[in-house]
Amino acid sequence: MLRIENLSAFYGEAQVLREVSLDVAAGEVVTLVGRNGAGKSTLLRCVMGLHAGQRGTITLDGRDVTKLPAYKRARLGLGWVPDDRGAYASLSVTENLTLPPRVGPDPWPLERVYEAFPALYTRRDSAATMLSGGEQQMLALARVLRMGARLLLCDEPTEGLSPLLVQQVGDLLREAKKHGVTVLLVEQNLHFATGVADRHYLLAEGRIAEAMDNSEVRSRERELLAYLGI
Amino acid sequence: MTGFLQHTFDGLVNGAFYALLALGLAVIFGMLRVVNFAHGAFYMLGAMGAYVLLAELGVPFWWALVIMPVVLGVLGMALERAFVHRLAQLDPLYNFLLTFGLTLILQDLVKSRYGVQSIPYAPPAELNGSVDFGLFDFPTYRVFVLVFAVAICVGVWWLLTHSRVGMVVRAATERPELTRAFGINVGRWVTPVFGFGIALAGLAGVLAAPMRAVNPLMGSDLIIVVFAVVVIGGLGSIFGSVAAGFGIGLIQAWGVVYLADWPILSQTLVFIVMAAVLMWRPAGLFGREEAPA
Repeated sequence: MLRIENLSAFYGEAQVLREVSLDVAAGEVVTLVGRNGAGKSTLLRCVMGLHAGQRGTITLDGRDVTKLPAYKRARLGLGWVPDDRGAYASLSVTENLTLPPRVGPDPWPLERVYEAFPALYTRRDSAATMLSGGEQQMLALARVLRMGARLLLCDEPTEGLSPLLVQQVGDLLREAKKHGVTVLLVEQNLHFATGVADRHYLLAEGRIAEAMDNSEVRSRERELLAYLGI
Repeated sequence: MTGFLQHTFDGLVNGAFYALLALGLAVIFGMLRVVNFAHGAFYMLGAMGAYVLLAELGVPFWWALVIMPVVLGVLGMALERAFVHRLAQLDPLYNFLLTFGLTLILQDLVKSRYGVQSIPYAPPAELNGSVDFGLFDFPTYRVFVLVFAVAICVGVWWLLTHSRVGMVVRAATERPELTRAFGINVGRWVTPVFGFGIALAGLAGVLAAPMRAVNPLMGSDLIIVVFAVVVIGGLGSIFGSVAAGFGIGLIQAWGVVYLADWPILSQTLVFIVMAAVLMWRPAGLFGREEAPA
């Protein structure tokens, strides 16, 4: 579904990604792990079309989208779940959910979103930034599901969440996967990652250092955690 | 007491002009991050246009009230496409200089054709006379200006808070990049929003024609105070700009009367208020600190 070939990215003079190539098949959940500054978030921004300085090719469903602006990529079915959760202070919770147009074949109706997230329903008319951190994360995920996005780009959706909420995020991603949604996930929580993902890429200094499956990550968990510095 | 109410009413009428102009500046700044120095010139064009329509084509006030905002709105959109847009990626100072230069050009063009003398423009016959409020009378035309301006402000606020367009404008104003990532072509809304802000300035100009001196410099006298109003309300804050507009109108009206013995103080009152507000709240009364992109 998503193919990245020889992607390099720059911030001014500094090169953050070096010739990264990877594939994500439809219906797969794939994580990117790596230390802070390894280029994980930049990779997601490149896929979304939010990073200006880049070289390489990004293909979505066989279509070259490298030159496409972010809003057109979103309309092809990319769902953006930013690391700061992207809650708008000047929009209510309902408006935050309904801002993106419906793009995919299976967008969640608002009623279904509110059934799945009763906490959002109770606060539906409040400014989204009045929600707790966990609720804002749920809002970010609910928003791309309502959109009907086919490929979710999630930047550390479990960061700073309580174990209970981390589990909820996991349930949600598994549920989405069951309905054929593809996910590319930046994640530091290896336990969470092996619980939801099919495969993992380890990014180091802007390159893909290793590609691993779940059993490999589990058997090397201690070594990887030490490497990641967690 | 009667005197106080009369000054208060006059302050609200002046505030109505500040509010309309500040509202236009606020929507433009919010969406484009452009400080439109030419706003006063478009206000002047609104008033001059109403005069030209009446004197040379016999078009009455009511039609001017519709025609001038539309004409100036379209002109504003052309200006955005042709110039403002091209400078958007550069330092904001470039667009400030552009609109400043444009102000001088527009003023001098009007000056060369109509001179610097103030031109009288009679209010429409329907709005002659005064309204009796019991204790005192107010000129009907001024009552109309106040009611009309409040209705426009409420209408714009309603549009922004209750329509899909308004939601998109709010989202794009707050976080343009994120909004693009949600499938919204933010760039498509920039030109209409700019035109809309200019149209509001033109509307204020037409409203001003029957009660203010119509001349090429009428906008430049006003715009400095309007900038102070926008800063006090909070740059980019819609509600703040309207509230500060009426508030400053009131403070000025009261200041002129109650500080009559200290003319220096009453003339600079707006800027004293601005300095005080900024010391207390650097982002203005209703402004939000800029979020990182």
